[in-house]
Order: sequence, then C-alpha cells, then structure tokens
Amino acid sequence: MSCLDTIADYGLRSMFSGYHQVHLPSADRPWLSFTIGAERLLPRSDFTLCQQFTLIGSGLIWNIYFGLLALLSGFFLALSLALGKASRIWALRKVSGGFILLFRGSPLFIQFFLAYFLFRNLKGVAPVFDPFTSAWLGALIVLFLNTAAYSAEIFHGALQSIPKGDLEAADAYGLSGWSKFRRVTFPTMLRLAWPAYINEAIFLFHATTLVYFSGFPAWQQKGDALYYANFFADKTFNPFVPYPILAGYFILLTLAIIGLMGLINRRLNRHLPRAARARLRLRPNLIR
Amino acid sequence: MAFYWSFGTVLVLLAITAPVALAFGFAGASAARSRLLPLRWLGKGYIMVVRGVPDIAFFLFFVIALDQGFEYLRHLAICPDWDQPVRRGNDFVVCPQAKLPLGNAPQVWHEIYGFFLAVLTFAIVFGAFAANVLFGAMRAVPRAQMETAEAFGMSQRQAFWRVLVPQMWVYALPGLSNLWMVLIKATPLLFLLGVKDIVYWARELGGTKTPQFTDYPHGDWRMWYFLALLVFYLAFTRLSEIVLARIMARLTHGQATAAGEAQRKAAA
Amino acid sequence: MKLILTTAALALSAGMAFAQDVVRMGTEGAYPPWNFLNDAGEVDGFERELGDELCARAELTCEWVTNDWDSIIPNLVSGNYDTIIAGMSITDDRDEVIDFTQEYTPPDPSSYLALSADVDLDGGVVTAQTGTIQASFIAEQGWTLVEFATPEETIAAVINGEADAVLADKSFLVGAMEGNADLVMLEREEMIGGGVGMGLRESDTELRDTFDAAIQSMKDDGSLNELILKWDVASTFE
Repeated sequence: MSCLDTIADYGLRSMFSGYHQVHLPSADRPWLSFTIGAERLLPRSDFTLCQQFTLIGSGLIWNIYFGLLALLSGFFLALSLALGKASRIWALRKVSGGFILLFRGSPLFIQFFLAYFLFRNLKGVAPVFDPFTSAWLGALIVLFLNTAAYSAEIFHGALQSIPKGDLEAADAYGLSGWSKFRRVTFPTMLRLAWPAYINEAIFLFHATTLVYFSGFPAWQQKGDALYYANFFADKTFNPFVPYPILAGYFILLTLAIIGLMGLINRRLNRHLPRAARARLRLRPNLIR
Repeated sequence: MAFYWSFGTVLVLLAITAPVALAFGFAGASAARSRLLPLRWLGKGYIMVVRGVPDIAFFLFFVIALDQGFEYLRHLAICPDWDQPVRRGNDFVVCPQAKLPLGNAPQVWHEIYGFFLAVLTFAIVFGAFAANVLFGAMRAVPRAQMETAEAFGMSQRQAFWRVLVPQMWVYALPGLSNLWMVLIKATPLLFLLGVKDIVYWARELGGTKTPQFTDYPHGDWRMWYFLALLVFYLAFTRLSEIVLARIMARLTHGQATAAGEAQRKAAA
Repeated sequence: MKLILTTAALALSAGMAFAQDVVRMGTEGAYPPWNFLNDAGEVDGFERELGDELCARAELTCEWVTNDWDSIIPNLVSGNYDTIIAGMSITDDRDEVIDFTQEYTPPDPSSYLALSADVDLDGGVVTAQTGTIQASFIAEQGWTLVEFATPEETIAAVINGEADAVLADKSFLVGAMEGNADLVMLEREEMIGGGVGMGLRESDTELRDTFDAAIQSMKDDGSLNELILKWDVASTFE
C-alpha cells in the first residue's frame, strides 16, 4: 500500500470514523454528491512511518480548530476584560480582575479536569448541556476563557503604557468617547501588545494538546495530534518516533503562526518610520 | 502524608528549576548574539526548536532520551572494552557499572535521579523561553550605553558584563515574571516525568476506594482534591505577583524608563 | 523429586548471576486487586505478594517501583527497572518488543458493566481505557467507542450516563461493582488477550528463566492457586 493510499484512508480520521455520503444541496436534487470520511479501523500492526505522519497530521486538524476558534473568540472577551480592568467603575474592575486571576492563576490541566466534572453534572440538570461534555465544545469553552484571561492581561498592560502624548493629542483634536477609542486607544494598544500576543498565541496552540490528555474523552478514536502520537507510542512501544513527528508538526505550526502574526504586525506598524519598523520585525528573523 | 510532601516536591522543583532555567536562558541568549556563526545558529536553533514544541510532547519522550544519553556517555567512559552492542533490538543495555543510578542503589537515589532529570527537562524547556526574553532584553538596552562603554576603552567582554548585563534585567523582568507564572502552571505535568507530584496523589487518593483494599473507603473525591489544588495554585500565583511587583519596583528605581520616571515624580 | 531439582538449579543460577544485584520490579499501582497503593502508600495486592514470593524462591533482593501505564514498556527496555509485573496480558504485539515469563494467571474473560442488564451494545456507547486491548476490541466490533485516560473515569462515565457500558477485565469490574449498587454485570463475556505474565527485556534471558522456574515451582506446589483465590483476580490453574 503506497503512502498516498494511506493518506486517502486516514487523512481525515481525526474527524470521521467510516464513510459518509454527502448530497448537496439536498438528497433528492443533488447538484453535488460525494463520499467523505476515513477508514474506521486504525492500523493494527506493521506500523509505517507514513501512517504515523498521516494520522498525527490528521489529529493536528483538531489542534488548529481549537487554537484558531479560541484565539478569535477570546480576542473579543479579552478586549472587554482589559477595558473592564482599566475601568473607573469599582465592580467592573473587581470582576475582570477576579476572572483574570482565576484563569491565569491556575493550571490549564486542572481547569480542564474541573470543567469536565462540572459539565457532566450540569448534564444531569438539563439536556441543553449535552454537547458540553464533548471536547469540541466543552474544551473549546475552557480554552476560550483561558486565552481570554491571558490576552486580557497583555492588553491591559498595553493600555497602561500607551504614551500619554498620544491621548493628549487625541483630546486636542476634539476626539472623545468611542471615536477616540477606535482611532487612537485601540490601534496603539494593539500595536504595543502584539509581540506579547504572538507569544500567547503560540502557547495557546501548544495548550490544545492537553484537551484529550486530561478530562475530555476521545470518541471513536477521533483525537488530536497528541492522541495519535500517544496511540503509536503505545502500539510500537517506541516513543522516539511518534513524539518527534508531533514536535516537527508543531514547529511548522509555530512558524506559520509567527509568520501570519508577523504580517499583521507589519500592517499595524506600517505608519512608523522604516528604522522603527525593522526593530519590531525581530521575531521573524529568528526563523531563517 | 505523601500528598502533603508532594507540595514540597513542587516547591523544591520550582526553586531549583528557576535558576537553572535562567542559566540555560542566559547561555542561549549569549550564544544567539555571539559573533561566531555556528554558535549563533546553535543559540537560535535551541530557542526556535524548543519554543516551537508543546511542553507535554517534550516531556513524553525527552526524559527517557536524556536518561539513555547519560548512561551511554558513562558507558563509553567507564567500560570501553565492553564487547556487546548497546542497542539490542528494542533493548538499551549498558554495562552495569554505567547504570544511573547503580542497580543496587537504594530506592531513594532512583527517586532523586528521576527528580534531577525532571528538573533538567523543565530547565531546558523553560531555558529556551528565558533565552528569548533575555535576547530581547539585551537588545533593548540603549545602544548609547554600549557606545559609551567602548568610548571608555572597555573591551567587548567588559562592556558585556559590566554594562549590558546589569542593565538588561529591568527590561527582562516583565517577560521573566510572566515565564515564572507559566512555569508554576506547568508543574502539574510533573507526573508525566515519573515524579510523584500533587496531581499524581490527587488522582490516586481521590479515586474511588472500595472497602476491600482500604480502611477508609470513599467515592470519587477527585473533584475536591483538584479544587484544593486549584486553591493552592491561585494562592501561590497571587503571592508571586506581589513579590514580583516589589522586585520590579526596586529594579526600576533610578532607571530611565517610564516607570522609573513615575517613581521619581511620586517621591518628589 | 522434580520440585527439589528445580529449586536447586534455581538457587545455583541465582547465586551466580545476581548475588549483589537488586531486581527492580515495575508496576502501575492503580489496578486493584492486582496492584494498588495501600493506605500507607506502599505497593500492595496480588502481584505484590506474588512478586515477593517469587523473589524469595529465586533468592533475589527485590524492590518495588511504580510507573505510569503509558510508559511502562519504554522504561523497561530503557533499563529503569528490570521486570514488569502489572497485570499485563501476554499479546503478540508486546511479545515482539519484550519477553514474557510463562503466565501466572490463566486467560480471563473481559466483562461488561452497565446500569441495566438489557443494554444494546451495537447501538449504544461502550467505553474502555485508552490504549487497552478492550478498546481495540470495541473499535473492531464497529461499536461507538469512547476512551478515557484512566479506568476510574470509564466507570464514572457509565454511572453518569456518558456511556452505556464499560468493557474491562472481569476481576477489576467485580471490585468496581462493590462500591456502587446501581451497576450490573452483563452475562456476555469476551475472551480477549492471553494470560498475564511478567515482562522482561529480551536481552535478560537469564533473569527470565529464573522467574520462569520460580513461577513453575509455585504452580507445582499449589501456592499460586491459593494466592489467586485469596485475591480473587482470575480463575485458577487446573
């Protein structure tokens, strides 16, 4: 069996167990019909390198799913929390501060564990909570809250260090309220926070490997990259092949994040003089 | 009882790992800005590779690799005339004198050795992050400071140690304190490295105990044990925040940064 | 006569090879009644008693070490301990990587635990610990498999309705059932996996032979069967 066959069989294994017929837009008048899925049974013996690369790569889909969605949704909550923490209203400041401390102050590992317990008990109360015990929703919520807390702290720090002159200049132009925030405070904050935010994004993607490792169960042997790496280490009894493969995938993923976020960074800083910009491009230089 | 001791284990691990990781970070950062190309590549490669890999993935195979590496080196040094292969199929066999710790050493040495490997692994992982922070901090020291040092006739080495290193800490501290927080929160993964830490005992003691095997049967209590851990970590983080804020206040004293300026104004 | 011979041969080989060495016994410590940590935090259970007896017969000094199930084989081949005695079934996959002594308990069935006796396995959700032979078995049947990292969580999943049934070693489930009155054992049983044996490095043939002989001597004088009955871990040898 060639490697291409293996990829065809197992490339989507982390999302499908078995094959499904898909008819778009509907079953009786389809303009597009195709079969999507993956082999149900995982390889059982004679494990090839190709199988390991394919399945671990397939699991990576989940890591990207968790990381991307948590990062995007977390961004907005983080923004509100940062503003809340900097707010002049006492209650708002306390609530945001408490939330940030709770999620930044405790290990994600334990958060997953407790969240799973909580969701499982809620499930007994109302059927609405049924999907929460599955990783795709439950773990996503935990990651979302977690990254929001970390990013909020970064944004809060950036808010504090916005040059006083910039704000005074905005006042002088007669900007106030929402337009001041949108045109001055927000862009400056984002620009200042970005390098630290890139780090947070990297940490978040790495943290997604904890999902199936504590608390949340894997259904139908559909798991993330670490789940499959663990599977192979378990079956071949040799940790020195699957884990380095996993590491390799993650280095590529990290490079992609740095590259993408670096592009945004360049856009955020496009108004600055060239010399100042070069300094901010320090990170992509590390790749080479 | 062992559960309470394991809190000590975590604290000792943190106390030892932090300076060792800082040393790794310092070495990595110095290498990354070295003028020798291979050394620079080595430093940057270390930072890039270790930072790019999730720490769990690292922990899952690195300890065994480290252990085998040490034993292999000792094997080469101690028994050069060992005629059998070291790798036999899946087995990794070194001469008995090269085993670490020796096969007849008491159990406590095995545990200390396991702990040492855990510290080293943590230090290597967090050293890469520290190297990244220090590398940035070294660049943040104003260029004029180094030029002044040169003007005073200091050599490269003198300028590095007497001017750059003392000044970089204030730029590095926010990053380093952030890293310390991350380090605290990485300790629950210790059990992956074979060290019996608080998570191990919380799982072990909190799990359902049936009356056959214990005098104190109980149901699934892990939830409560984990809640206790949560409180422990929260308290520890809060404490660290307060201490770090104090250090920061001392370091910024008299520095030409915004915070230092604010301090000056407040005092005046 | 035969017994005396084997023990004599045993003492001889043991005396030569391992006079001053400590044999380190690796176990999991989380799988009652096979092996678990007692209230004092020490390894206890069927395998603790069996191992101590085997070591006494082979005149070896033994020491107990616990290790996570996930990495129990890599740590053995890497030399961090010398044997695995952790309720490990002898399978072909494992046999390729490590060596086994003869089995010290006969093959035992796996059973199901559920909240009601008429659960539908085909349409329901069946749970097992990640990476066990039971998990592969469920996957091969085409049932809906859900895997948890520890055996504890598989039982909890059935109690909470996450899964309809759990598949695991019968002796383990019998223990779990005693703590909870809601659980019932299904009549259906599966024969997966062989008997349980002690795992050793493939290069350690001498040590394997030593333990093999010690197990044989315990089989011959009936003390092994007594031990199996005492801890109720499996059926006895004929």
